[in-house]
Amino acid sequence: MLSISNLGVTFTQYDQGLRRKQLAVITDLDLDVKAGEVVAVVGASGSGKSLLAHALLGILPENAALSGTMRFKGEILTPERCRALRGKTIALIPQSIGYLDPLMTVGGQVQRVAQLAGRAKAEASASVSKTFARYNLSETVRDRYPFQLSGGMARRVLVSTAVVTQAQLVIADEPTPGLHPDVVVETLNHLRELAVEGRGVILITHDIEAALQIADRVAVFYAGTTVEIAAAKDFLSGNLRHPYTQALWRSLPQNEFIPVPGNQPSPEQLPVGCLFSDRCDWVSETCTAERPQLRELRSGWVRCVHAKG
Amino acid sequence: MLKGSRLWFRYGNRQPWVVEDRTVAVAPGEVLGLMAPSGYGKTTLGKLLAGYLAPTRGSVTVDERSLPKKRYNPVQLVFQNPELSVNPRWRIRQILAEGCPPDPACLEALGIHSGWLNRYPHELSGGELQRIAIARILNPSTQYLIADEMTAMLDANTQALIWQGVLAFVAQQQIGLIVISHDDPLLQRLCDRILLLADDAVSKVDGPAKVFAKTA
Repeated sequence: MLSISNLGVTFTQYDQGLRRKQLAVITDLDLDVKAGEVVAVVGASGSGKSLLAHALLGILPENAALSGTMRFKGEILTPERCRALRGKTIALIPQSIGYLDPLMTVGGQVQRVAQLAGRAKAEASASVSKTFARYNLSETVRDRYPFQLSGGMARRVLVSTAVVTQAQLVIADEPTPGLHPDVVVETLNHLRELAVEGRGVILITHDIEAALQIADRVAVFYAGTTVEIAAAKDFLSGNLRHPYTQALWRSLPQNEFIPVPGNQPSPEQLPVGCLFSDRCDWVSETCTAERPQLRELRSGWVRCVHAKG
Repeated sequence: MLKGSRLWFRYGNRQPWVVEDRTVAVAPGEVLGLMAPSGYGKTTLGKLLAGYLAPTRGSVTVDERSLPKKRYNPVQLVFQNPELSVNPRWRIRQILAEGCPPDPACLEALGIHSGWLNRYPHELSGGELQRIAIARILNPSTQYLIADEMTAMLDANTQALIWQGVLAFVAQQQIGLIVISHDDPLLQRLCDRILLLADDAVSKVDGPAKVFAKTA
């Protein structure tokens, strides 16, 4: 359904006066999603997870330039096609209530989404009622403004915005942080249901635990590049390929809670070689000389020369 | 001691109570966890304790005095959405300096790149911006810190890194810390004491192991 290869995103910034500089925030991003599948995208903040969603929807800021290819149902996704498809065929569940209009009731906003996706007014209103009931939001919530919602209620309203459309590809950008575990499970199950209905679902999250509950496959991003694509079951069985994925798994509070020191490289100072080389225990001369390519390994994909079969 | 005594809050006279008769206290150097289902008024409780909202009934005091209205508030709140707590038209450098000039060691501990300082908030990711919001309040004038789902939006590695930095600061400055979270394993790792808000009963769970305060 969706296939992304070698995606790059570069921001042009004004440095001083009229001098400009280029910031490569996404370098080599690869991802594919099939219909009926949940693909989780996990990684540190600033690894390009949200930018990927913004690129797919054609809502990157004006100073961003794209390279590489994105195909949706076999056809190249141009910015024009993104604009035509978004909100109808490709829908976003945004990250925070900051994406809602603070001066409009939430019921009104979800209804507007349904109407823009092509439903008649009465039908849209009925679908809002149905969706709100499905997410355990009472009718009175329709008349509330975003600031009057609790964090969990806001999240359910945001999920509703995508469910009232008939989108074939749903991108959920961090739908779970700060929710009670029961609500997380429920929200994730609803995403799973969307996949069972035949839609493709991209679950963008930093919460590996949440991702593993519903995802078929997990793509791990680091500093704007895909370092590993693994099956969800590979995490529990210890079949992880990339040192960063292994570190991420170890640092969970329920595992060892031991972080790898340091930081993702800044887009202003990307190393010539492997982007993880400065924090990696396996680092060697080959790593710092050249960027490793994404290669197939143990029925997954990895961008590391040292990962073994 | 930061103390919220018999706090009640509702948004209007006819609205339902969001916070009903809650009493919460945290001592300097103590890490208190606060856990409850969504919609139980945890965030509102945090806002009341930090003086963002005035309680309908009850009072909030620091060492028996009410919160100051004009100067730097010794009770600081970091919440889940950092984009709502920074001025979108300011550069990061200016945002960081709003309370107190930032300590370079603290920026280092939180993994803040010097390259970010000239950017605007929309040019950072949510997690990067959250570190800015945290760095801004880690200064000597802060006596109590309320972390409302502070790392809920961060990846596991960054979450562990940030808590390492924050707990070191908390231990060094003897800051009273309230951690509001849904993440049970995280609270077990961080807190001396956990309060469970459920229905009308407040139950106490004591004694989870603390890891970083000892090692850091």
